Amino acid sequence: MTQQPNVLEMTNIMAKFTDYIGKRLPKDVIKKQEELRRQETNPLAIKIYDAMAENQDKADKLSRPSCQDTGVIQYFISVGAGFPLLGELEEILRNATLIATEEGPLRHNAVETFEEKNTGTNTGSNIPWLDWEIIPGGDGVTIDVYMAGGGCTLPGAAKVLMPGEGYEGVAEFVFDIITSRGINACPPLLVGVGVSATAETAAKLSKRALMRPVDSDSPIPNAAKMEKLLTDGLNEVGIGPQGLTGKNSVMGVNIESSARHPSTIGVAISTGCWSHRRGKIKFKADLSYEILSHEGVSL
Amino acid sequence: MKKILTVPIKDEDLESLNVGDIVYLTGILTTCRDVAHRRLIEHKRELPVDVRGGAIFHAGPIVRALPDGEFEMVSIGPTTSMRMEKFEKEFIAQTGVKLIVGKGGMGPDTVEACQEHKAVHAVFPGGCAVLAATMVEEIVESHWHDLGMPETLWVNKVKEFGPLIISIDTKGNNIFTTNKKAFNERKGPILERIKKELSFIK
Repeated sequence: MTQQPNVLEMTNIMAKFTDYIGKRLPKDVIKKQEELRRQETNPLAIKIYDAMAENQDKADKLSRPSCQDTGVIQYFISVGAGFPLLGELEEILRNATLIATEEGPLRHNAVETFEEKNTGTNTGSNIPWLDWEIIPGGDGVTIDVYMAGGGCTLPGAAKVLMPGEGYEGVAEFVFDIITSRGINACPPLLVGVGVSATAETAAKLSKRALMRPVDSDSPIPNAAKMEKLLTDGLNEVGIGPQGLTGKNSVMGVNIESSARHPSTIGVAISTGCWSHRRGKIKFKADLSYEILSHEGVSL
Repeated sequence: MKKILTVPIKDEDLESLNVGDIVYLTGILTTCRDVAHRRLIEHKRELPVDVRGGAIFHAGPIVRALPDGEFEMVSIGPTTSMRMEKFEKEFIAQTGVKLIVGKGGMGPDTVEACQEHKAVHAVFPGGCAVLAATMVEEIVESHWHDLGMPETLWVNKVKEFGPLIISIDTKGNNIFTTNKKAFNERKGPILERIKKELSFIK
């Protein structure tokens, strides 16, 4: 198959961006960790925050993946219906993953299920995972690249509450997961919560919530209120970096929601570790691009 | 002053350590995780590295093969130690390992084995994989390549590798058990307070 020059161009940019975000954290995450470090008084926690900052500095200078677990690569795509390469995007992102795996290098993390064989390429059935959102009338594309290790993927959970359990039940679910399974997931965490109709719609929204900046607020007043209550409440538990106690537990709690069935409250949680490797890149139709998550990037 | 453990580690090096202490390791540190534990304990296969008096690391690194046949450690951070809980008690008894480095807590069986055989579990800060890689002087050997890059036993020569935070000591203490108890005690009253402000369904 011959590839058009613009397909190659976008593949190249996405390969470099995927590689880049495995080595450097987004600006909102860096800022939040500096803030948490300043608030900290526990000497052990301070030692860990300092090790984290030193690690990021070394990863940048040596151009190496800052955490060895470079995850299963996920792309969250918001694409205009008129984007010229809409039909080629899947192939572009698959090839970008292949190239980034060689160049990074990224750890080989795609195990073909049931065959139980590591493909050695970070590609496999439906991997990299693509999540699509079509924007009517648009002709550009915004892509979030996400790289989460196994450790912070393990707390992921979803269930459907009865309405009688209410938002109080949602809070309880979040607290139970974070104070038990969250401890081993490399806190301080970013907690993504989906509140929706069913288990899988809530799960998808909980992951989308992790694509929002750590210090962002929901535009829905009650959701924003709940984000703050959960953030402050979890911080009061004092899990600290690596679960070794400290002033805080989380970088933030982001809630995304949809309308629900009158008889159900679907709720789900996804967690991002402190090494929250995500990047946001926005292309115009002519493939000129802007990187929104990181500063001073040259790919 | 930095407290440095040097391989071979003796019982008396560990007996004075308490949970929460910070130490550093100089000597050989071998990666050993899920399948290597399973092979030794379930399949009775001898570990190809003698770790008696030594240290293992629950880790699956990124390693680059160099043109001369050598390997370079690119990125190596700890993985969740709890996954090895099922095997660790027997692993400690059989191998005589003295220091287990990983991430997060381990359970009561490991605590029991650490007390009986004078061993410790320590946490290296998760996600700090380049920091760790720069403390690896060289990869001296590697075994069981059939397991793939993350699960291969990489035998690393390390110098002042740390910070290593003691999470299970030789006296039966487990820092994560204590912490989890405290977190659960705090959780209840906080939740009750928050819930009062969440009665959105009226």
